[in-house]
Amino acid sequence: MAVIPTLHRKLIRDLAGMKGQIAAIAVVIAAGVMTLILSVTSLDSIRLSKERFYADYQFADLFATLTRAPDTLAARLRGVEGINLVETRVVAPVRLEVPDYADPVRGHVLSIPDGRQPLLNRLYLAAGSLPESGRPDQVVVSQPFAEAHGLDLGDELRVIIRGRYERLRISGVALSPEFVYQVAPTDLLPDYERYAVMWMNRRALGNAFGMDGAFNSVVASVQAGADQRDVIDRIDRLLAPYGGIGAHDREDVMSHRMLIEEIGQLEVMSIVLPAIFMGVSAFLLSVLMGRIVTTQRQQIAVIKAFGYSDGDLAGHYALLTGMIVAVGVALGLVFGAWAGDALAALYAEYFRFPETITRMQGRVVALAVLVSAGAAGLGTFRAVYSAVRLPPAEAMRPPAPAEFRQGWFDRSLAGRWLAQTTRMILRNLSRHPVKASLTVAGIALSGALLLLGHYQFGAVRHLVELQYRDVMKMDVHVTFVEPTSARVLSEIRALPGVHHVEGYRNVPVRLANGHLSERTAISGLPSQPQLRGLIDSEFRSVSLPPDGLYLTRYLAEELGLGLGDRVEVEVLEGQRRQLELALAGVIDEPLGLSGYMQVDALNALVREGPAVSGAWLLIDSARRDELFDRLWEASRVAGIGLISEAEDGLREYMDDTVLVMMAILLTLAGSITFALVYNNARIAFAERSRELATLRVLGFSRGQVGWVLAGEIALLTLLAIPLGWLLGTGFAWLLSLAFQMDMLRIPFHITHQSYAFAAAGVIVASTLSLVLIVRRLVTLDMVSALKNIE
Amino acid sequence: MDGAGDIREAVFQAHGLTKVYRMGEVEIHALRGVDLALYAGELLVMLGASGSGKSTLLNIMGGLDAATAGELRYLDQDLSRASDRELTRFRRDHVGFVFQFYNMIPSLTARENVAIVTEIARNPMRPEEALELVGLADRMDHFPSQLSGGEQQRVAIARAVAKRPAVLMCDEPTGALDSKTGVRVLQVIEHINEELGTTTVVITHNEVIGQMADRVIRLKDGRVDEEHRNDQRADPADLNW
Repeated sequence: MAVIPTLHRKLIRDLAGMKGQIAAIAVVIAAGVMTLILSVTSLDSIRLSKERFYADYQFADLFATLTRAPDTLAARLRGVEGINLVETRVVAPVRLEVPDYADPVRGHVLSIPDGRQPLLNRLYLAAGSLPESGRPDQVVVSQPFAEAHGLDLGDELRVIIRGRYERLRISGVALSPEFVYQVAPTDLLPDYERYAVMWMNRRALGNAFGMDGAFNSVVASVQAGADQRDVIDRIDRLLAPYGGIGAHDREDVMSHRMLIEEIGQLEVMSIVLPAIFMGVSAFLLSVLMGRIVTTQRQQIAVIKAFGYSDGDLAGHYALLTGMIVAVGVALGLVFGAWAGDALAALYAEYFRFPETITRMQGRVVALAVLVSAGAAGLGTFRAVYSAVRLPPAEAMRPPAPAEFRQGWFDRSLAGRWLAQTTRMILRNLSRHPVKASLTVAGIALSGALLLLGHYQFGAVRHLVELQYRDVMKMDVHVTFVEPTSARVLSEIRALPGVHHVEGYRNVPVRLANGHLSERTAISGLPSQPQLRGLIDSEFRSVSLPPDGLYLTRYLAEELGLGLGDRVEVEVLEGQRRQLELALAGVIDEPLGLSGYMQVDALNALVREGPAVSGAWLLIDSARRDELFDRLWEASRVAGIGLISEAEDGLREYMDDTVLVMMAILLTLAGSITFALVYNNARIAFAERSRELATLRVLGFSRGQVGWVLAGEIALLTLLAIPLGWLLGTGFAWLLSLAFQMDMLRIPFHITHQSYAFAAAGVIVASTLSLVLIVRRLVTLDMVSALKNIE
Repeated sequence: MDGAGDIREAVFQAHGLTKVYRMGEVEIHALRGVDLALYAGELLVMLGASGSGKSTLLNIMGGLDAATAGELRYLDQDLSRASDRELTRFRRDHVGFVFQFYNMIPSLTARENVAIVTEIARNPMRPEEALELVGLADRMDHFPSQLSGGEQQRVAIARAVAKRPAVLMCDEPTGALDSKTGVRVLQVIEHINEELGTTTVVITHNEVIGQMADRVIRLKDGRVDEEHRNDQRADPADLNW
């Protein structure tokens, strides 16, 4: 049996004597390592999975939609300078009926070349095969849709293409790089039950959709070194006569954009959170090691007197730190791997890759070890250095009484009235200003994290409330295949169960101000819309003037437009008019980007009679199924959206992800506060047990002595709370800035509850650790504390 | 054991006090049945080697520790059956302690170290008054780190007497001091005893200090081994060791 050197025995016993403190620090290190591993691994996984899927399945660079162009145009597109590969295709909006499923299902069918893979946006077949060449009745469905309905190969679907029923049989189940995040064009979150993506043979879909020998969608890849903007311009010129509404790059593909935004968030998270935790653990370690060294001065002297070298001692204390770090890193790795799997599962629900590549890379583990060892080393260095530098004879003597000075509060008027115990608290704090401020900063940070978590939750909830209470007030949203005469509204009003109908017009446009431009749509609304709310920044209802353009505030800012400024409008359909409009006002809506005008003004602008692109309905939910059956039969109806289902989906998503994230944040923030307060109190208790015992001897009750200890913590906590609010408000503001995106904007709206929650969280964690410490006061041995010098 | 012809009131009365500690696996009999009375205004010196039980006896009489068996009365209060709360109250109101290592609160000045007691006492003197009594009127705003050992001990005495305690208990008050400084501290203790009439117990292993007492008790192996009364109290200034 190997003999453990005695110095190491001491190490083990020292560790055993500080279990609580070590556990607290290890948990903070673990939290840092966990967030580091979690974010870096997720980031790596999403990036890697995306890169591999895009590369292996030839994700296109450019995308264009048009009304209809003959197949012969394909050759000219291929000849466009800078283009590498071109695939023309047919994309058809469809409705479908799934056996044993009552709700309406929307979807898109995309064409693929007969019997073979397309050149771009190739399909990953999870099961089955592509439709056989020449078979008009076979379809490949997207995997999440198949899973949501339990569909198998050979199952039959009834698909309504252009108002005609087609019976299609599932030949394969697939994923496409174009639909990693599979979401309906008007939605924000995937609804795999109610939105389908499917692929059919080109000839079959062309026949069914009235696109025989023609196409309405183009995807292309760009040659290396070619300027995408130039290529887009060339494509636009070529497609303009055929109703092209402007080509765009990957950025405007919903799936790709969501991926990019997720990656951006993870990048921030992989730096900020681990930095906070590592900073706190470095601080805790430095305080703890400083304390250990002070109490062990005499031991150190004796050990040195025996002839141990400074190096031996430095190694000894470095090992002590190393052990704590090792425990923390090990915990962090275990939790990180576990939480990483959980997070990967969560991502897999929203981002569909053929294979989610997760690798617990040695690189990340090494990084975690390095970062935490670095933080710990930084914290410990000073204490160890002062320990080994001490000449033995000096170290043998007890340290001189701590030096104190009168602080500013002694000279103040109020200072004269302070109780001596309160004076002790204030002097102790002012004697260690750095330690006290770092502690306050640490507790404030955890308060800030709590505030951020609650804000995030509250803001998303607020957003959903706003969207479905003040903006989307309709029950059902019906879209038409193409702009339709407004007469259709009275037909709908006559349908069973319809209480109220409002039509709207949607015109795709490109808005420009100088070199700034944005593709969007202008919605034409009734002068007093009942079912579609337009709100200002105070959530008040806005009514549109007879003419003049309103824009979503974010869009106006992106275009650098102020009220009254002229904006160039290029209509992307019909006669493709170019005109100028004045910005009459802005709308503060949390989701989407759009322009708004009164419908009559808009129709006049595009030189059309009263036409509508869709309708909003209030319905009698008891007659819903009957109504949907009738709507399905109407040939002009392209899709039916159930607003309440969308709201439910959003709320479910919140429950799934936001609550999980909040729970994690809560645990992490709680662990920081707890570790800080507990360590502080433990050390204060150890350093001052003699002082506390003296107070007991002088006739102070346990409660009064407890106050000396608790008062210090309470004061630090109270100082930390407003600082935490300030920091948290800053974090929340940064977060709301980071979430100013085209698709959604998280309002910067912090409730009183968020502030209260942050304060309560900090107070609870402080109290908990105080209770643990104050319990020790019961066992404080007055007699022995008085006998020992230190 | 009462002193012959002493008609003064007994402040403390102990009968058969026993204290047994467990130190790990070993039982230590610190006190083996002590009978003792303490009279109002007297200055008692308790002598004994280390381990004789003198500190244990002082701690029990001062309400810092509880006896294993036996009876202890302070006036008409039964301390041997007092709760922790009652003992705290007793210490706060009636006992002043002085220890070998001063036990200053390092973060408080001399004045504040005294004030910490006067703030919770029933009928205290002003901290300044107490510090004048020990001759430290000019050092009141100094922190412990700015005071010598002897000065710290005098602050401790001021702190102990400021509450006007019934009894002043001093555990080796000169143990950490050189003889010159020690004599100065003893003078202060005697002065308090004379001026305020505070019943005073001084425990020490230094035989010489016995000469300044009214009465000397010698402890050995947890029992009272010997007791004698000095005809004449010696002036601490004449003591030498």
